[in-house]
Amino acid sequence: MTDTFSGNLENTVAQTGGEGPGPGPASVAACWSCKGPVSAGALFCPVCEAVQPPGQMDHFQRLGLQAAFDIDPDSLDRLYFDLQRRLHPDRFATRTPREKAFSQSQATSLNEAYEALKDPLRRADYLVHLRGSGVLREGCNQINDPVILMEAMELREALAEAQTREEVDRIATETEADIADCLIGLSAAFRGNDLDGACGLTTRLKYLTKLADEARVHRKALAEN
Amino acid sequence: MVLLQIHEPGETPVPHDDDKGLAIGIDLGTTNSVVAISSDGKPEVLRDEDGQALVPSVVAYAADGSAVVGGMARQLLLDRPECVIGSVKRLMGRGVGDLKSLAGTLPFDVDTADGGQDTELSMVRLKVAGHRLTPVEISADILKALKERTEEHLGGTVDRAVITVPAYFDDAARTATKDAARLAGLQVLRLVNEPTAAALAYGLDKGAEGLYAVYDLGGGTFDISVLRMEKGVFQVLATGGDAALGGDDFDHAIAGHFLSQRAAGRDAGEGSDPLTSNEAKIVLMTARLAKECLSRQDGGEWMLGMDGDPSRHALDRTMLESLIEPLVERTIHICRGVMEDAKVTPTDISGVVLVGGSTRVPLVRRKVAELFGAEPLADIDPDEVVAVGAALQAEALTVGSDTLLLDVTPLSLGIETMGGMVEKIIPRNTPVPVAKAQEFTTYQDGQTAMSIQVLQGEREMTDQCRSLARFDLRGIPPMTAGAARVRVTFAVDADGLLTVVAAEDTTGIEAQVEVKPSYGLTEEELSAMLHDSMKHAAADMSRRLLTEARVESERALMALRAALEVDGDLLSAGETSELEKVMAQVEEANAGDDRDSIAAAAETLENASRPFAERRMDRGIRRALGGVSVEDLEQKTEQLEKPEPVAAKARGL
Repeated sequence: MTDTFSGNLENTVAQTGGEGPGPGPASVAACWSCKGPVSAGALFCPVCEAVQPPGQMDHFQRLGLQAAFDIDPDSLDRLYFDLQRRLHPDRFATRTPREKAFSQSQATSLNEAYEALKDPLRRADYLVHLRGSGVLREGCNQINDPVILMEAMELREALAEAQTREEVDRIATETEADIADCLIGLSAAFRGNDLDGACGLTTRLKYLTKLADEARVHRKALAEN
Repeated sequence: MVLLQIHEPGETPVPHDDDKGLAIGIDLGTTNSVVAISSDGKPEVLRDEDGQALVPSVVAYAADGSAVVGGMARQLLLDRPECVIGSVKRLMGRGVGDLKSLAGTLPFDVDTADGGQDTELSMVRLKVAGHRLTPVEISADILKALKERTEEHLGGTVDRAVITVPAYFDDAARTATKDAARLAGLQVLRLVNEPTAAALAYGLDKGAEGLYAVYDLGGGTFDISVLRMEKGVFQVLATGGDAALGGDDFDHAIAGHFLSQRAAGRDAGEGSDPLTSNEAKIVLMTARLAKECLSRQDGGEWMLGMDGDPSRHALDRTMLESLIEPLVERTIHICRGVMEDAKVTPTDISGVVLVGGSTRVPLVRRKVAELFGAEPLADIDPDEVVAVGAALQAEALTVGSDTLLLDVTPLSLGIETMGGMVEKIIPRNTPVPVAKAQEFTTYQDGQTAMSIQVLQGEREMTDQCRSLARFDLRGIPPMTAGAARVRVTFAVDADGLLTVVAAEDTTGIEAQVEVKPSYGLTEEELSAMLHDSMKHAAADMSRRLLTEARVESERALMALRAALEVDGDLLSAGETSELEKVMAQVEEANAGDDRDSIAAAAETLENASRPFAERRMDRGIRRALGGVSVEDLEQKTEQLEKPEPVAAKARGL
């Protein structure tokens, strides 16, 4: 009972916050060029075809995707390319300064969204933030799970002590396998709407990715000596 | 609230007027430059009467300041080295500390008397034929020559260009290139990275798809880019390089070898006089000839005739290769790093495209083939492919095209934090355009100013990175430490140029900003040069403003016409004819050359059409509330009369 109640309360707060200055579903703004109505988030004015400033929307919406962890990288690329084809500053090189500026901010927002969703780690981090805003204010940056903390420390120690390329390779291979496990776990957690689980896995993925990078640097250093 | 703009975003270049003038593509190289044009997707490299496309990037100055560019200037080098200057691209956006010397002597006569200014931290000034010139002015003379070559060829004027720069060029060098174009009377439509331009030319010509590497070793710079090409999209995954590594360095290695041979053949006391900068120029030129010869033959002998004391120097290819091997190895090492950044291995790469004259050196080809496990592709002339790509992009920007170039930042961008550490704000290989905001606060009670240094580079410490600018935020309202919220946004545009905008969030009080560009020219210096070099700078400026006003006003007319077609029923017949009368006045003003009357007519139109705009908004909102979304309306209007469905669909998904 208590859980349900507090959950509802959070929801209400989140909704009120969301309705403030941001666009509601029926929100209409004036086109900067022909002054006519344009629905919030539209890329171009339906009447005079002027490019509009980028609206407030999340990264998934911007790319025309359902907010989910499982996304097909090829379709992400395709959506991104299609939008950039229409919005990139190269399409506006001979237009008015205002159109150039809006095209630049549109393309900037699009790049930001693409970069945030392309990489599974950043996507997981973003999705946890998106789904759990208000619930998990601290995000997934803290290792407060003692099991994860122990694992992280042990692996880092092992890597620091590794003297040969074989040892580093072994740690790297293990890490890659753990990363793959993590991704499978994340996919299941997000599908099951298990935010706490997703948050824990995101934390684990974060340090595993860092470890894989360090292993690469370590291997390079060994190879160069 | 915009408190500061370090490099004004594109100093509002002249928007294109009614003239359908061709825009040209320019490869402004260290050693040679090339100009090309493209129409109907067919690029053409412009050649002189001897069929030469390469224009040596060498300028000879006369006492009266007039300049000769190209092959003729290069011929003058041996006779009058003090009047001739080459390889000036290496100095773009650079300070004296960056220059490379030969046996302790620079092949440039650098003016160090800079009136007490910190010469380490300002752009170099060179003394040529009694003049004191910046690399920007010398580059402008090269660009002017290329512009004239094109104008002769076309029989008309050219004032817009795409200019290529090394991908690894930093912000200062890019800005310097844009400034040079401005001095030459060229509006830069876009700065395109050289390997990306080459990929565009190669990909379109050969229909290449997949992952490609472009290895670009020019006279003074090295770039390596890994791109994905598919269906007209050229997506750069990672790029890297060395802005001070090229064929010139091969010449330096050979010249150093010649000089040590020469010294060894003499008594210790003799010939130990330091080289003059003119002698350095001559030794380097001899070294370049030897290098070029040894790409075709196995050995030879060259003569250095300085001080009336000639010496002979034998050199074979094996010796040459041992001299330059460390330099070539450096490029291979950089290639490995870039592939790692792109998360690809050599086996993923479908092909390696060679660009730049220095890829003719056999050792370079061997090493590249070894790294990628395949023979590199050089079936488009490596000297011309970049200019061809620039011309294709110039056409795409003016006429339109389906191809899309998606490029990245070559270097990480950061700011100085406590203890001389660099905090990265935008990491390298981030797709452009990009913007990142960072919040700063005060660390002392009542602090009203703070100094921010912007750095570019990959290292951890401030002094290992390149300082782009240092600016001061002033006028922060006095508050307790940590209370002020200064939001600084770093934006890199499609040209790879940085803009910094600062705003204080809590109060909205405007702070003043002082900008000290580390290696660039200040706006005043540039204006002075514009004034000196072109007597009609003022006329140019007013023409630019006129064109801008006209383009703006045409955009407004076009928008109103489109609105009338859709919502014309909101106006009575009388209102419509009133509005049409004003529109006719705007058209009339636009046909004339008076900027003020164009602006005045546009304002009248805006006022006259305001009630119409209000009624349209009312209708739009009523429909939205009534459940008909603007998207649905769009579709209806599209079916009615719009040929091109440009309306946004993203929101509906």
